[in-house]
Amino acid sequence: MTDLFSKFDALIAQREGLLSTGVMDPFSLVMEKVLSPTVAVVNGNETILLGTYNYMGMTFDDDVIEAGKKALEEYGAGTTGSRVLNGTFFHHRDVENALKEFYDMEHAMVFSTGYQANLGIISTIAGKGDYIILDIDSHASIYDGCKMGDAEIVAFRHNDVEALEKRLKRLPADAGKLVILEGVYSMLGDVAPLKEMIRVSKEAGAMILVDEAHSMGFIGENGRGVAEEQGVLDDVDFVIGTFSKSVGTVGGFCVSNHPKFEIMRLVCRPYVFTAALPPSVMASSAASIRKLMHNGNKRAHLWENSKTLHKGLRDLGFQLGTPEAQSAIIAVIMPDLEKGAAIWQALLENGLYVNLARPPATPAGMTLLRCSLCAEHTSEQVADILDRFERAGKAVGII
Amino acid sequence: MTERSEMFEGLKGLIEPFNKKGVAVTDATTFAGDLEWDSLTVMDFVAEVEDAFDIVITMNMQAEIENVGQLVDAVNKLTA
Repeated sequence: MTDLFSKFDALIAQREGLLSTGVMDPFSLVMEKVLSPTVAVVNGNETILLGTYNYMGMTFDDDVIEAGKKALEEYGAGTTGSRVLNGTFFHHRDVENALKEFYDMEHAMVFSTGYQANLGIISTIAGKGDYIILDIDSHASIYDGCKMGDAEIVAFRHNDVEALEKRLKRLPADAGKLVILEGVYSMLGDVAPLKEMIRVSKEAGAMILVDEAHSMGFIGENGRGVAEEQGVLDDVDFVIGTFSKSVGTVGGFCVSNHPKFEIMRLVCRPYVFTAALPPSVMASSAASIRKLMHNGNKRAHLWENSKTLHKGLRDLGFQLGTPEAQSAIIAVIMPDLEKGAAIWQALLENGLYVNLARPPATPAGMTLLRCSLCAEHTSEQVADILDRFERAGKAVGII
Repeated sequence: MTERSEMFEGLKGLIEPFNKKGVAVTDATTFAGDLEWDSLTVMDFVAEVEDAFDIVITMNMQAEIENVGQLVDAVNKLTA
């Protein structure tokens, strides 16, 4: 018998090698207690959270919790059904209406996760004979959506407008084309030149999908994302987003002005063949989205945090993923996985949690300590974070 | 030289800058096995080939190309 697991032997060996050096397993952390959007108890220690996507700190917002509690009591714990059968409750419609208000768009469709939103929309709208043109550093959910569909997939170098334009020009003029971009790329926290990319895509007759998962709520005048910030949201055919970041709950969505968009509800398999989210999650999400429309002060504080952390880490001598703070993600580039894991552990022992990101999730084979800031991090916490980075960096000998 | 051997020589020239181990390149040379290219190197190389011949090699096609001979045939077909 061939052991089907033998294909994982190399990864198992790498993992055992890493753990045998005495470091804690970075991929099996437990949050024993969560005290606030920015503090949890990990291994018995009170720990500052700098590796969540809770950008706007909505997880503990009073109105968000209250709306969820009320829906839980009035509508029960779950939906036990698909959105197209018995799984659409009052709150599913309400959260879709909240999204339409937030983005000022005609249609909104809520999926059970952001992953499923990409999987569903991409695999359904680009079919056999169509072309998907995507950035090589696209998120796994985008690649999986491509794999699930029947379109031809063309990749171009990360954020390279010329590489995109050249490839678009080489494709058959009359073929259906979908260009997939992200506002903020989550590994390095860098922003895409959407304005130029959307211009060359439109010139080539392509439709455009932009994943704004990491920008919703704080980039753009109304928090609609990088496309809004760069003044090109009207040229985007489909915006994909998630509730598991700024919104602070779970769920994914697509908003669009396409006149035929509603047909997606019948043909999109990851929407049809799964259970709808619990009503409490939908009610919390709707409350959160409506609050995110009016939060100028929190946005300003988040940007201040991001800029302070970026400058502080750079001044300490760390190598960062972007020349300046472009989003709420600051990626610290590690020389290798061993040193990355060592400093990750040193930080955790000092009461600071960051994300350890490694290939294949990262571009160019990099190991990253990914810091994501929250609007609820106080200025004192940010100073504290820098102090802990300095100590850990010196202890491991990378600064 | 035949058209195919010209194509082979052309592609061999594009492979060389990425051929860090100095492997002797033949039709049977595999990218992952013999040349030991990781996905990043493959991406850079594909972009070079695409630009050199003004073609697009889709990821669907790339999945079917394991060795140099298959690449020669694929590029021949795309430029025909």
